[in-house]
Amino acid sequence: MRVWKYGDDINTDMLFPGKYTYTCATAEEIKPHLLEDLDPRFATEVQPGDIILAGKNFGCGSSREQPALGLRAVGVAAVVAKSFSRIFYRAAINQGLLLVECPQAVDAYAEGDGATLDPAAGTITVGAKTFTFPKLPERILAIRDAGGLLPYTLARLKEQREFA
Amino acid sequence: MPMTFAEKVLAQKAGLDSVVPGQIVTVRPDHVLMHDNASAIFGKVADALGTYGIANREMPVIILDHVIPAASEKDAAGHKKIRQAVERFSLPHFFDIGRGICHQVMMEERFVRPGQLILGSDSHTCTYGALGAFATGIDRTEAAALLLTGETWLKVPNTFRIVLRRALKPPVSAKDLVLSLIGKLGADGADYRAVEFHGSVGTLSMDDRMTIANMGVEMGAKIFVFPVDHSTREWLSSRGFGPDAYEPVWADVAATYEREITFDLAEIVPVVAMPHKVDKVKPVTEVAGLPIQQALLGTCTNGRLADLRIAADLLKGKKVAPGVRLLALPASREVLQEAIASGVVSTLIEAGAVVLPPGCGPCLGAHQGALAPGERCISTANRNFKGRMGCKEAEIVLASPATVAASAITGVITDPREVG
Ligand code: SF4
Repeated sequence: MRVWKYGDDINTDMLFPGKYTYTCATAEEIKPHLLEDLDPRFATEVQPGDIILAGKNFGCGSSREQPALGLRAVGVAAVVAKSFSRIFYRAAINQGLLLVECPQAVDAYAEGDGATLDPAAGTITVGAKTFTFPKLPERILAIRDAGGLLPYTLARLKEQREFA
Repeated sequence: MPMTFAEKVLAQKAGLDSVVPGQIVTVRPDHVLMHDNASAIFGKVADALGTYGIANREMPVIILDHVIPAASEKDAAGHKKIRQAVERFSLPHFFDIGRGICHQVMMEERFVRPGQLILGSDSHTCTYGALGAFATGIDRTEAAALLLTGETWLKVPNTFRIVLRRALKPPVSAKDLVLSLIGKLGADGADYRAVEFHGSVGTLSMDDRMTIANMGVEMGAKIFVFPVDHSTREWLSSRGFGPDAYEPVWADVAATYEREITFDLAEIVPVVAMPHKVDKVKPVTEVAGLPIQQALLGTCTNGRLADLRIAADLLKGKKVAPGVRLLALPASREVLQEAIASGVVSTLIEAGAVVLPPGCGPCLGAHQGALAPGERCISTANRNFKGRMGCKEAEIVLASPATVAASAITGVITDPREVG
């Protein structure tokens, strides 16, 4: 498990360059270009369970969802940031990617620290310090637990049809 | 209970008497916009659409604009898939390439009215706040789910109230206004917030309001919204909407705001946003003299007739500086036709401009007018992120149409007040 630490205002072009938006849509197509212009090592070295720590306004910019889709696909356990931009926040929920808004945890990080997350308890431990983050609303948790908006929607449609 | 604009629209759409910030509501948008990304959107739910069909065929509006005409086989195949889906599901609202940039077309083609709720799988959907609509961006997955269900959830945002005072002093324009505002509040200054404009809104034309609302997302806002006034009504009636065709919604006087900001328009000067962040805003005078290799006039931010005309007036009888490429990108076919009829296009061409088809063109770096390493482009678009125009070692400077035209003439960043 590794922590990838980035600064403020990490925008969607840094997470996934716009020039690929109309040629890459699937997880396999997206993966090699993740964070390409921000951190060329990321796409090759990221491992399932890794955590991204970032500053404020993470994911600002375009409505493209490839960053959220790609980060979930490579197994990033969570993005922990001081704040998120709203379209990205929504896209992450819809992809089932966990986002945690916790400025204290980001500030507490020092080079080389490990980080662990307990989404159910709502806690994150960075180095030796543990922080809590607020629970997400029910509706949003249900979407995440279903594995994203599409599985959630399909399950509901199926249910409606069966009980119709 | 007194409510803000956002609270009123969301309460209405959710069928509730009132809502409060933070509340999650289920809503049915009036329309959902898709563009070239419709191919990916339909692709996500192809099987499910076969089983369940489309919840509401009137809801999706599909406008091809991002990479038009197709720049590669892959783009062409994407466009083809979209045309096939449109046919398969008999979707009534489809506009093929050449009609214009989706946001401009949404308004020209009468898909936006005051008080409506419009979602779009493009971040600049916020543009329609100019018409008093609640309009905001969503991702592709959400657009796909909307095809299946016709409904989604929204969180009721907190609202900022921005009170405008006095009027802009030309050649200072709406673009200078919105860049100055973003410079002041920051690129995340209005994250998750609804932003209402009050005060001397009447001094701003509809085109001005579209330019301003277009950039709402660059400040992180969920919506930027203007009240419906005389100019809005005139614009709507020019599109065939009489007063009975819509019901304006506006905030109650006693509504609760998270923050109130007063902004004196008469004090705004021509500004630019320096690379690579939209909130690195500086007066043009501070960076005047920096050489440019490309100038982009147009996009959904500043590609309307008034914008092109401002540039043409400055360029009339002059030539674009040697070594500079001036690209003119009208926001729609209608704009292009009007610009041709009024002589604006020939003025631009005589000055040396390359006129591109109405669409997104170089704005997102997928084709047309990509930059080379080390180059600098002054642009009327809304984003100057690193790599946005196809090259991460190039610089994009955002400015008003007047500043872009003035700079194209001199070959260096130039205050439009110096050229005349
Ligand atoms: S012109 Fe640029 S900002 Fe506007 S919709 Fe097209 S790509 Fe997006």
